[in-house]
Amino acid sequence: MTTTKGIGVSRGVAVGELWFRAAKITAIDPRAVADPEAEVKRFQDAKAKAIAQLAILYTQTEEKLGKENSILFQIHQMMLEDLDYNDSIVGIIREDRVCAEYAVQETAKKFADLFETMDDEYMRGRAADVKDVSERVVGILTGNGSGFNTGEKPCVLASDDLTPSETAQIDPKTVLAIVTSGGSPTSHTAIFARTMGIPAVVAVDGVSLQEYVGKTVAVDGSTGEIFIEPDAAVTKELARKEREQRELAERLERFRGKKTVTADGRAVDLYANIGGPQDMEAVLKSDAEGIGLFRSEFLFLKRSTLPTEEEQFQAYSSVVSKMNGKRVVIRTLDIGADKQAESFNLPKEENPAMGMRAIRICLTRPEIFKTQLRALYRASSFGNVAILLPMITSAEEIVQVKKICAEVKEELKRQEISFHPDVEIGIMIETPAAAVISDDLAPLVDFFSVGTNDLTQYTLAVDRQNKTIARFNNTHHKAVLRLLQTAADNAHRAGIWIGICGELAADESLTETFVKMGIDELSVAPSSVLSLRAKISEVCSV
Amino acid sequence: MQEFQYTIQDENGIHARPAGLLVRKAQSYQSSATMIHEGKSADMKRLFALLGLNIKQGNTVTVQLSGEDEEAAAQGLKEFFGENL
Repeated sequence: MTTTKGIGVSRGVAVGELWFRAAKITAIDPRAVADPEAEVKRFQDAKAKAIAQLAILYTQTEEKLGKENSILFQIHQMMLEDLDYNDSIVGIIREDRVCAEYAVQETAKKFADLFETMDDEYMRGRAADVKDVSERVVGILTGNGSGFNTGEKPCVLASDDLTPSETAQIDPKTVLAIVTSGGSPTSHTAIFARTMGIPAVVAVDGVSLQEYVGKTVAVDGSTGEIFIEPDAAVTKELARKEREQRELAERLERFRGKKTVTADGRAVDLYANIGGPQDMEAVLKSDAEGIGLFRSEFLFLKRSTLPTEEEQFQAYSSVVSKMNGKRVVIRTLDIGADKQAESFNLPKEENPAMGMRAIRICLTRPEIFKTQLRALYRASSFGNVAILLPMITSAEEIVQVKKICAEVKEELKRQEISFHPDVEIGIMIETPAAAVISDDLAPLVDFFSVGTNDLTQYTLAVDRQNKTIARFNNTHHKAVLRLLQTAADNAHRAGIWIGICGELAADESLTETFVKMGIDELSVAPSSVLSLRAKISEVCSV
Repeated sequence: MQEFQYTIQDENGIHARPAGLLVRKAQSYQSSATMIHEGKSADMKRLFALLGLNIKQGNTVTVQLSGEDEEAAAQGLKEFFGENL
């Protein structure tokens, strides 16, 4: 048995015979032509044919892999139509009086270079697209069509690299796994393989795959391991792993698109936590019913200046529009304590967790807060925005915030800028004070959201950054759970909803406790949504 | 001439898909459309030129529009940026 490793880019396990696709492109020599204009015409015809092929591939891919993935072939069409690309090809044919396929090859090199020299991996990956479209045109010009056939028998497809059009044409019934010595996790091969559910490993080095044609190989798409001629123990272990993964995934998939309800029929809102617009792809895939916590800090951290209203508005509205009317709870600035931002110039504190943080900064520097509120209210006209205030300890703080909100709304109205008139305002229950006086606070707001990390830290007087006392940080402590129950009861008495957005929300050993407490909403990492929905379906609410 | 600035929010910057859509959008206007970033500029109707700017998340770009329908183009492109980038 020979073992090698690459980067696992699409999960799953497969065992099968290795089939190698050799790179078919050979360098084209500059063949001289007598009539360059006829050659330009040859190129135009081939280009038109390639665009027609891509249109068909686009439709086929859309059916097979969805719109997100098929758009690539529209991009390919646009690359072929790009003026600079065409000028270069026609220029070479006319000036050097050479054949069209050579001109396409040289132009492809030039444009691929443009991407290959860029300093980010994603853009370097686009060189593959330029080569792919160009090879398509060259294939038409030389009569070597693109595409390949692995034969009837299912196999593990190995190659130096695959072009996006090759990957899109793979039939999941005959390709058990994909293994390439080139490629990257962001390549289309990786993305398409994930969408089709084919295990894939890229960037395999150390062995020459071509030498093992016809041999049995086992591929583990999650670890990136490849076993050539695997022994019985490895095969058995991989089969077990595969079965487990598949069963779990199948079980969770059954909960996709379903409502979240307990075994006895009570509905719970299951939302996702995000740190910024970059998490939206995961949220949309996760099947979350809303966003329970959008941490706005990301806009303020890692920079030396404060974000402008416009910048904030763009970030909030992009998330809100993508959620298409589903609730998006955006937490106002929660800087301080463990999250320090240089743009605030906050003085060093003896005890930052109990210092100038979150709402305290906002009420001390209302101009910063107002900018954020303006952006939030403006974003509210794009969907369902709810504003969440962190670190509240008193009713006075809420009254002050509401006064600022009223001013902001008045200003926007005067400027004829649209916003939703009834944006929900809620507070974090993350200090023991807020939980204890939650009967006074509930009538002032539209919802509660419990931040369990801070609530635990403040209730137990255990600094959660301090690893030496980690064993005293009992997240299931009765004191914390009682505060939660108090807040839940007081919320319901006032007719408002209560959610949990801290890490504890995803703790499935507490799901039943939360449901019995009457918690209306749980907000967790996107990757935990389906699993928690499954868990909730098993517990009773009384 | 119309001009506006925009800070890219998308984690991948102006990557292939939105760039393709952006080129289509820019081509739908008669006005010329130019994107400027750190002294380099690109014709927004040309895909390779646009991708060549290598715009990343957090970069602020300036968009200049000039022509008969420049106002409509500025409005349309602003919306496009907000929705896609």
